[in-house]
Amino acid sequence: MEETTKPQATTERPASGEAAPIIRFRGVHKSFGDKVILDGLDLDVPEGQTLVIMGPSGTGKSVTLRHVIGLMQPDQGQVEVWGKDVNQIARKELVALRKRIGYLFQDGALINWLNVGDNVALPLRENSKLDEAEIREKVEHKLELVHLPGIWDRMPGELSGGMRKRVGLARALITDAELILYDEPNAGLDPEMSGSINQLIAEIADTLGITSVVVTHLQSCVRVVADRVVLLEKGRLVVDLPRDEFLASKHPRVRSFLGDDPD
Amino acid sequence: MFRAIQETSRMYGARVELLFEAVMQLHGTWRRRSQIADQLYVAGVQVTHVVLLVGLFAGMIMALQTGLYLAQLGQQDQIGVIVALSMAREMGPFITGIVLAATAGSALAAELGTMSVSDELAALEVMSVDRTNYLVMPRVVALAIACPILTIIADGIGIAGGGLVASTSLNVELQLYFITALDALKSPGDLIALPKDVYSGLLKAFVFGIIIAVISCHAGITTRGGALGVGRATRQAVRDSIITIIISNYFLTWLMYQA
Ligand SMILES: Nc1ncnc2c1ncn2[C@@H]1O[C@H](COP(=O)(O)OP(=O)(O)O)[C@@H](O)[C@H]1O
Ligand SMILES: [Mg+2]
Repeated sequence: MEETTKPQATTERPASGEAAPIIRFRGVHKSFGDKVILDGLDLDVPEGQTLVIMGPSGTGKSVTLRHVIGLMQPDQGQVEVWGKDVNQIARKELVALRKRIGYLFQDGALINWLNVGDNVALPLRENSKLDEAEIREKVEHKLELVHLPGIWDRMPGELSGGMRKRVGLARALITDAELILYDEPNAGLDPEMSGSINQLIAEIADTLGITSVVVTHLQSCVRVVADRVVLLEKGRLVVDLPRDEFLASKHPRVRSFLGDDPD
Repeated sequence: MFRAIQETSRMYGARVELLFEAVMQLHGTWRRRSQIADQLYVAGVQVTHVVLLVGLFAGMIMALQTGLYLAQLGQQDQIGVIVALSMAREMGPFITGIVLAATAGSALAAELGTMSVSDELAALEVMSVDRTNYLVMPRVVALAIACPILTIIADGIGIAGGGLVASTSLNVELQLYFITALDALKSPGDLIALPKDVYSGLLKAFVFGIIIAVISCHAGITTRGGALGVGRATRQAVRDSIITIIISNYFLTWLMYQA
């Protein structure tokens, strides 16, 4: 049945025993005060997949993403990335791990007093031994990749919301990340801009062979980027399906989430 | 009541910890020199006119208050001594600290608070950029430098303001006023062969600068809850900076003049 509530292997998934998933949540619990956010969450993301997380707002989608990169620690359970428990590894290993992960924050989270180029260059300036010429070249390349060439000198405050997100994405890509986490990449954008961000996410996943996790509540985004969709509610996955099955699913929560009338 | 005490000690514990972390990052001072320079501009240059104005009137008030009394005793010639000593020892560092807390401190808390609620601090963490090294240490260093320098300016303008009042309202000759004022400041301390009243005031200012920076940075980086949270953090930073300045002022005075 397609309404399965059990995490389900996707079609591209290699036979059991091969490559472990890149992200593995096992029984993750997280509460703030007496508010339970994650309630025993299990989730695997295999290499190369683009997973979309949907769910009502305030349900813990951002909290889930933050656990992947060690910005938050679970009260109980494990979060493993590339086979390593994010909360058990030494600081140095965590730094190395984070270099392989890009995180696109909701509004780009650009450092407000640095111009675009310096923002994108920041991770390299702080944590690499590259010289200025090499950094410039890399930054310009990433800015082209997000279709924003030649805006090095603009300040974040002068950019539109969509441009800030693209710059944030260029910065997330600057260390040649292999896994990208997108937190509501469409939020606050007009439909056209939102569509072009979706295209960009799909493009980056395809051309760079990157694994992606995308939090969104837009059907249009699901259609363009997703390989697989999960629905998070009350701290657990209530639906976990390949994209086409998800879009066709009769599950009442899926229907109401995709904006249709249940029935 | 008990909970309030518990909460207050927890806060101060966290602030002391942040101060300690910032000190451990001092090796990065040279690398962060441009940030420190920017902060010196915001916390120093942009505050100077306020310090000048407040310092001037503080000196004038003091001259007027004590001068009227001294005139009754026929001692108005001593007014330079009193204004100079109280500016250098107390009023200079104190008013500079208060002005800095209200201007630079609140700006700093609002700036870091905004960064916190717009995920910029989380982004730094994800990029493995140490926020103490990148944000806190440069601000602590800048305020530790700016506060003593502004205090010298406050001392100077305050003494000048006192002279203005002394010569216009109390018929003290301006030259005499300045000679007695400067003489009063000359007596060296036991430990350091510098005018004790000046350096004790500057030492206070140095401590006040650090207090303001640490409390405001801490309020900023722990901000939660959107624009409302930023307002709360700013208020807390100014209030706690001023309270801490006043209390530590007593103990610093006690250390330097009693112990
Ligand atoms: N650092 C935090 N401290 C306290 N509560 C938090 C924190 N982060 C998130 N929350 C709470 O956790 C819940 C889930 O948040 P979030 O993951 O941001 O929701 P969303 O699914 O909309 O992304 C919200 O109710 C939020 O208030
Ligand atoms: Mg969210």
